[in-house]
Amino acid sequence: MSAPPENPAPKREPGEWKPQILGILCNWCSYAGADLAGGGRIQYPPDVRVIRVMCTGRVDALFVLKAFADGADGVLVSGCHFGDCHYLEGNFKGAKRMFMVKRLMKSIGLDDRRFRMTFVSASEGAKWGAVITDVVKTINELGPSPIKELNK
Amino acid sequence: MAEKKKTTAKKTEAKKETKHEAPAKQETKKQAPAPVGSTTKQEARIGVFICHCGTNIAGSMDIPAVQEYAKTIPNVAYVDNYKYMCSMPGQGVINKAIKEQKLTGVVVAACSPRLHEPTFRTATKEGGLNPFRFEMANIREQNSWVHMHDQEGSTEKAKDAIRIAVAKASLLQDLFPKAVQVEHAAMVVGAGVAGMQAALDLANAGIKTYLVESTPSIGGRMSQLDKTFPTLDCSQCILTPKMVDVGRAPNIELMTYSEVDAVEGYIGNFDVTIRKKARGVITMAEGEARGIVGGGCNGCGDCEVVCPVVKPNEFEVGMKPRKAIYINHPQVVPLLYTIDFNSCIKCGLCVTSCGEKKAIDLEAKDEFVKVKVGTAILATGFDIFPVEKKTEWGYKKYENVVTSLEFERLICASGPTGGHLIRPSDGETPKKVAFVLCAGSRDNTGNGKPYCSRFCCMYSLKHAHQIIEKIPGCIPYLFYMDIRSFGKMYEEFYYRIQDEGGKFIRGRVANILEDPATKNLHVYADDTLLNRPVDMEVDLVVLAAAVQPMEDTNRTRKLFGVSCSMDGWLLEAHPKLNPCGTTTAGVFLAGVCQGPKDIPDTVASAEGAASAASIPIHKGEVELEPYFAMCIEERCAGCGMCVNLCPFSALALVEKEGRKVMQVTEAKCKGCGTCGGFCPGGAIWMNHFATPQIVAQIDAFLLGGEQ
Repeated sequence: MSAPPENPAPKREPGEWKPQILGILCNWCSYAGADLAGGGRIQYPPDVRVIRVMCTGRVDALFVLKAFADGADGVLVSGCHFGDCHYLEGNFKGAKRMFMVKRLMKSIGLDDRRFRMTFVSASEGAKWGAVITDVVKTINELGPSPIKELNK
Repeated sequence: MAEKKKTTAKKTEAKKETKHEAPAKQETKKQAPAPVGSTTKQEARIGVFICHCGTNIAGSMDIPAVQEYAKTIPNVAYVDNYKYMCSMPGQGVINKAIKEQKLTGVVVAACSPRLHEPTFRTATKEGGLNPFRFEMANIREQNSWVHMHDQEGSTEKAKDAIRIAVAKASLLQDLFPKAVQVEHAAMVVGAGVAGMQAALDLANAGIKTYLVESTPSIGGRMSQLDKTFPTLDCSQCILTPKMVDVGRAPNIELMTYSEVDAVEGYIGNFDVTIRKKARGVITMAEGEARGIVGGGCNGCGDCEVVCPVVKPNEFEVGMKPRKAIYINHPQVVPLLYTIDFNSCIKCGLCVTSCGEKKAIDLEAKDEFVKVKVGTAILATGFDIFPVEKKTEWGYKKYENVVTSLEFERLICASGPTGGHLIRPSDGETPKKVAFVLCAGSRDNTGNGKPYCSRFCCMYSLKHAHQIIEKIPGCIPYLFYMDIRSFGKMYEEFYYRIQDEGGKFIRGRVANILEDPATKNLHVYADDTLLNRPVDMEVDLVVLAAAVQPMEDTNRTRKLFGVSCSMDGWLLEAHPKLNPCGTTTAGVFLAGVCQGPKDIPDTVASAEGAASAASIPIHKGEVELEPYFAMCIEERCAGCGMCVNLCPFSALALVEKEGRKVMQVTEAKCKGCGTCGGFCPGGAIWMNHFATPQIVAQIDAFLLGGEQ
């Protein structure tokens, strides 16, 4: 895997739309991986805001939906690789719920690419940079969430 | 609704009091789970402390702008910044502000909570607040360091991060860690030099230690080596006294030919199930227990003589035969024969030859033993990379291409050839030997290992010395990329080998071809110092193969909940500051299972791990993070979905006031929150990661602090 480019953040004019992306990370793998990316000074766009939970098993489908209802343009849930969960199998159970969220999003007409679950281990700092870069790129392509317009 | 919530609060309070006794003064402060959007929101007075971390943070973002913004966030009563928040004066700022500003919660915007959460929790406690009323905003690892050239972006991100943290801090509650007793025993998995050293240290510190080894004898890789660099000590000579010590130590319970089968529990109280593989031979102690006078295996070897089954000896890398009932080499500890039941034909000849000792039981079955330990050390070691994967070097295709481990056995006086180095094809003494260094290491082709295996340079130098010493006129040619002689007296050893006549060719070996008539080998390389291609005809090629984790490491690490890095080595808690610890409290790493190490480093890491593992045991008590689940009984429908979700069997349905509700066994709950993430009625309150707290964070991010 190649490291993302030096400064992949797109240049924006003042007042231009910036994606609001929520990241929910498990403490043991993805949060540690994100910390490792920091230690390695791997540069990625600054559009994701992170909430730390102990395990992706903690992620209620409603958290993701609440974020979208609040107007989030994208949500990223990231945990350990399967078989690597600090709590044995929390990520399996979390992932199962996230499939449900994706199906629900499709059925209400929200592009399910706005929501992603990834698996980044504590040793994959470079991968974390690549994941964030790709998530931000996807959301930039999709543009503002339609729910934002409805909320106005 | 409000009334309902009050009853919830009362109930949980009552439940808490019966469940665990917190110190008396904390009783008054203790709060039940605050219902969503309760009065605590208005009362919250949060202090925000922004760290510059020198220029680590301040260099990438506008700290004054962040500070000005933080003042406008709801519930924020006080904002301050300091150059190094984690320093004593920095912590003093927090301490003072809590008292003077009557804060109810603290937010520190600095590095990762994985680094300094414990520091600031202590500072919060010293200020007079419950330590769990602290929340960290990560503006370094996940902000200033990764957006170094985007000041606007990182400043905005820091503002949001602080707003999110304040929202959570406003809803945080007092929590009280539960102290648990630590079992006065430890376990070491793997009995190579690392495991033995760790076990000896623990045992000498007065701790009962279970040493579990999957092969029939302790000793590990080091017992297979001939000499050690750079001192040229005989490996067996320095190792066997240690092996005997381990066998004799009264505090060590040696479990050879055994594997860890299951692990339950947590630091202080691990319940480990060990599978003692069917060995088919009983010890003298077991013989006595069965009432056989003078019975049990005394290692006489009469059985081995009569056994008709011949198999390759793993210890000699398959270059010497063994029987189906065997010991791998004369120095095994314990001196106890083992039956390889995969090849045994159960002819019974061994039973007859054993006679009155009655040590052999051909019907033996695997046994399961359960032990309780406070801490555990993993020392599972390494294996040789299957270098036949690099087809260009012809290992397993050409007879005269051997690995370094095979070379160790061939040059070893107790090895298959009695220490006479020979060519496997014809038994002749080689006169020209090529050593291929980095055989599979530092290899980015995807076919090898990207890392440096660290000790191959040095043992190849030692091999070169050994053949110069043993075979007059024999010339070693070392094909190397770089010679990495980093240790104490290592560089000097490198010079010595150069003086003794070792030939060094700087170039990666591209190809090895065999001359079918003579079985000599042509080594093709590019000499990068002389800038010309090399075709050298040699008698023997030794591949300094890369190392990789033992095959079973992955299974073992999952049992203990330890992560691994991308190349399979077990992951330490912190690469610099906690190289022996893991993210699972009470589990430590020793030796090469954490990454390639030579013998001195392995022993040092084992002693470090033993010291770390003995601390909780000597303290006698550890505090567990109070992140366990609680049931809000009013909302619980008793559906039992959570009971099935819990991987630790911590939840159960109980009958209360005529209906079924869920009950948590706090000691078993590890706080993952898988139950809380599913509960359809929102009846599960995850301490410190409660639904209202997380929802407040989401709202704070997207709706700008309004809750």
